[in-house]
Amino acid sequence: MCREGEKGMKELVIVSGKGGTGKTSISAALAYLAPRKVLVDCDVDAANFHLISGAVVSKTHSFTAGFEPVVDEKVCTQCGTCSELCRFKAIDNGVITAPLNCEGCGVCALNCPKRAINMKEKEAGQWYVSKTRFGKLIHAELGLAIENSGKLVSKVRQEAKQLAETKKLPLVIIDGPPGIGCPAIAAMSGASLALAVVEPSLSGLHDLQRLWELTRHFQLPLAVCINKATINTTNTHTIIAWCNKNEIPIVGKIPYNDVFRTALQKGKTVMEISENEVQEKILELWYNLSKLLNIAPTASIIDRLFDKVNSIKK
Amino acid sequence: MRISIASGKGGTGKTSLALLLASERPGITVIDSDVEEPNCHLFLKTEQKQEKVVTIMVPGIDNEKCSGCEVCAEACFFNAIAVVGGKAMVFDELCHSCGGCLLKCPQGAISEAEKPIGIVSSGYSTTVAGTRLMSGLLNIGVPSGVPLIKALLKEARTIEGEVIVDCPPGTSCSMVSAVKDSDYCLLVTEPTPFGRHDLALAINITQLLNLRTGVVINKNDGGDGDEAIEELCHSRGISVVAKIPYSHSFAREYSNGKISLENRTIAEDIWRQIQCVGRERKA
Repeated sequence: MCREGEKGMKELVIVSGKGGTGKTSISAALAYLAPRKVLVDCDVDAANFHLISGAVVSKTHSFTAGFEPVVDEKVCTQCGTCSELCRFKAIDNGVITAPLNCEGCGVCALNCPKRAINMKEKEAGQWYVSKTRFGKLIHAELGLAIENSGKLVSKVRQEAKQLAETKKLPLVIIDGPPGIGCPAIAAMSGASLALAVVEPSLSGLHDLQRLWELTRHFQLPLAVCINKATINTTNTHTIIAWCNKNEIPIVGKIPYNDVFRTALQKGKTVMEISENEVQEKILELWYNLSKLLNIAPTASIIDRLFDKVNSIKK
Repeated sequence: MRISIASGKGGTGKTSLALLLASERPGITVIDSDVEEPNCHLFLKTEQKQEKVVTIMVPGIDNEKCSGCEVCAEACFFNAIAVVGGKAMVFDELCHSCGGCLLKCPQGAISEAEKPIGIVSSGYSTTVAGTRLMSGLLNIGVPSGVPLIKALLKEARTIEGEVIVDCPPGTSCSMVSAVKDSDYCLLVTEPTPFGRHDLALAINITQLLNLRTGVVINKNDGGDGDEAIEELCHSRGISVVAKIPYSHSFAREYSNGKISLENRTIAEDIWRQIQCVGRERKA
């Protein structure tokens, strides 16, 4: 089912299309269950995984990507060539009037008759290696109103993969960004398996369909977890039928429950607070995912699931 | 007056708030600028839609003229052109349509052609009488929605009266281009550590853009999560314009593509505050 990464290492990416369906809460719960892994937060412009995993930053790296023009006023004759050629209306006679419009294309610098403009590398954010309750986490913070979020996503993913290889860890869990644009593409491309966390709303179903088209476009295996399934059981059935029709495995079905919010307020995952109905569902989800990923779930999880089955039989 | 509705964190209720506000102002225009995953049409169910294909310009290489000199590849800051087998090759997905390669090619071998990236559609709602919806839909696999968002907002520039822009989540380039040039920005958050964290990032953006900003705390559950958000807003000099209580029935209606009107009075109150901002702006 899933694609094998380099040296047998697997990358599981949790995505959703629609925001707020529970990607981070579920990623963190899976991080709690999965044995030997590296964690990555690929939502670089609204990262949250560090808040639920007790992350303590152990190393900070600056991230440069793209370029910005620097004008040498002494050399500039204000001839207007740059204003004429800039398609983003970012520069006016050698003055960068709208820096947020600048895409760093270098047209002004390369075509300045006086060579008064230089392109300099741009600070685009920071990325971190942190220790969490569940293992090492690679995460990032995109600079203010910076482009290149896709590049930063690729960077954290690559760093996590390297770390997993060095430490011989078989799994990378990626908490992905919403949407289907460049950050989502960068988070998913080449991963072993994408897990879509979906809510049973018309919006959720609509956004899942577009996400599925994207995964097909990139030939990426997709599995679905329905979150908040009890909010609208009719829609939940619709999603199940739709997944069956399109041969997308449903690996989890989690009822709506306030425990997600209660746990989050404490900075914890649903697995770490007092026993609740959601925990068994997450266990099942992880068990199904581990089968798709061909990774051994820990023995304790299998024991717990068997206990559950046996208790029902009694 | 253009009112943008953004959030930082996804799923806090941008679309719900946009549609709640719209339902109190028949005849208003709603712009769905979440072009990756637009949802407003599921609620407004527009008809008599007019659609327009939005394109960007990407370079095309005339292989007869191309000498493989690599000048274009060197001029491209996005690595969107490479010379393979003695001929230049364009990678559309990386191209920013800056036209830099065109300017530099010594052979005149590059010309630009339009590449469709999505559509902008416009129509009237069948569920909220008189409400017009304009939305953008990005083609699958196209990395950046920014040119589509720009085209959508350009189309909307001529609309008179109040316009509501439902923005994409996050705080990166898509969100920035959607909130930019609005007269007032409402940031929707939820009283959780995630909501608070991402709200702080979203405020960074609206303050960088010098936007008048107000905060709506949605899904308020009577816990103490809202206090942390009020503290944040206070320290950043931003007012909390409304608190919308968490409601299971609202969530259910929403899941069926309907906006419950149980919070009408809150919507009215938000409109009053928006109009105050509008008057201040004119004064």
